[in-house]
Amino acid sequence: MKYALLIYQGEEFEQKWDQAPDAERAAVYAEHDAFIDLLKQRGALIGGHELAGRSSATTVRNNGSDHVITDGPYAEIAEQLGGFYFVEAGDLDEALKYAKALPAGLVEVRPIVGSAA
Amino acid sequence: MTGDDPLERAYREHAVRLLALLARELRSFDLAEDALQDAHVAALQLWANDGVPANRAGWLLTIARRRARERVRREATLARKLPLLVTAAGDHAEPPFEEEEDVTTIPDERLRLVFTACHPALSTPAQIALTLRLVGGLSTREIARLFLVTEPTMAARITRAKRKMAEARIPYRVPSEADLPERLGSVLAVLYLIFTEGYLPSAGVRLVRVELCEEAIRLARILRELMPDEPEATALLAPMLLQHARRDARLRSGHFVRLPDQDQALWHHDEIEEGLELVVRAQRYDRSGAYALQASIAAEHTAWVRGSSTNWNAVATLYERLEQVRPSPIVRLNRAVAVAEAFGPAAALPLLDELEDELPGSYQLPVARAEFLLCLDQPEAAVAAYDRALALQTNDIVRNHLATRRAVAVRSTKSASARSSPSTPTRL
Repeated sequence: MKYALLIYQGEEFEQKWDQAPDAERAAVYAEHDAFIDLLKQRGALIGGHELAGRSSATTVRNNGSDHVITDGPYAEIAEQLGGFYFVEAGDLDEALKYAKALPAGLVEVRPIVGSAA
Repeated sequence: MTGDDPLERAYREHAVRLLALLARELRSFDLAEDALQDAHVAALQLWANDGVPANRAGWLLTIARRRARERVRREATLARKLPLLVTAAGDHAEPPFEEEEDVTTIPDERLRLVFTACHPALSTPAQIALTLRLVGGLSTREIARLFLVTEPTMAARITRAKRKMAEARIPYRVPSEADLPERLGSVLAVLYLIFTEGYLPSAGVRLVRVELCEEAIRLARILRELMPDEPEATALLAPMLLQHARRDARLRSGHFVRLPDQDQALWHHDEIEEGLELVVRAQRYDRSGAYALQASIAAEHTAWVRGSSTNWNAVATLYERLEQVRPSPIVRLNRAVAVAEAFGPAAALPLLDELEDELPGSYQLPVARAEFLLCLDQPEAAVAAYDRALALQTNDIVRNHLATRRAVAVRSTKSASARSSPSTPTRL
């Protein structure tokens, strides 16, 4: 069964990330590399990406009659999507183990439709 | 429901075991429940004519499996993939009546049910509803009545929970060794929530919903039977029994009676004895586990049985230790009450101030404050605190009690020399 692991980040985190020196970023990427290795070992990795920060977002809303384009993420909420992984897992417990191993503070786990074996 | 009919209880025990087994075989709770229900209906009809078979459970299991196969075949005509029963090729002719499963060989699958129903990915109300349904064997209607909601509301809650289980694929298993302690915590919490809801119902006109308490105790006993080496499972049962033992003494003529004033002849002493034995056993395993500590606290309150009174100093210390193991604002509130009893309310008031932000909806915090203020001869402030408590409390009997105490405070404001006796606001 496939799951999406969605990483959410607060504004403070994003600001610190923007200003962080290379060495700090490298350390975080190293943690993610380790996580990716873990997934690969288990044959669980399907894919994943880091997303650019919230200030880079553009929202397209479909009103039915037309599309409205606005600057920014769709809602002014504290935590915004920062990245995601797609994983293969036998059941929710396994997916949750991966979510706990992910180097991030807040992860949402969502099943991917049509992926049940 | 749970109370009276021994036949009903016996069926329920069987039904839960069979449900667990079928759920495992069929990998679907819905299918298992429906199949079992079909079997039950068939049984009632056939047994009325042919008499009750000796191996009732085996019979039900056989019929349930057959009904499940029939349902699957019907539903397979819709183009859906189903992860289900092995159907042998050429499964056209109805097989002859199978050998009945020997009841003693039916493995006890109930533990899987318990852990699945209490999975943390489900909301707490969902965990409670599923536990009562799948493990307790209660009907949706019975559960709805216990929680004072309508049957459709409870049915929707259970349906949503099952849907989450299916969509997210919550596994039907006992967690691995490594995960067990954390997941067991969920289970214990659910059972304790069911008990406390019965012990002091959050709404309505009754002080105790005995059926809920009894159901929680019954489930705690089952858990203990299924996990005899797990100390917290033993420890959970102790405070339940010790509190439950006082159920008939907590009300007198519809009015709430505090612990020191209760008629001990109405206490169920056999339950107290059992509870105290369990406390000793729990302490032997591990004095510092959360439920062992709660058991010890409950045991302290039984001092009244031996003609003395609660050792509040000991209780305060126990709550302090409980705070280390399972920190929570309620634990800190209870500790504040114990401190007030042991050392006087002046010592405890500052402890309440720390809790103001953490327990916004709780009536117990203003009640404690009110009682302390009354003792400290500040009746006007006490009245204000009672008002806050009354605004938050929806159980009629507790409200009446609070109103009575408030009246005492009001009288105090009018007469400067009036004193009120110290009270134990949360000791019900």
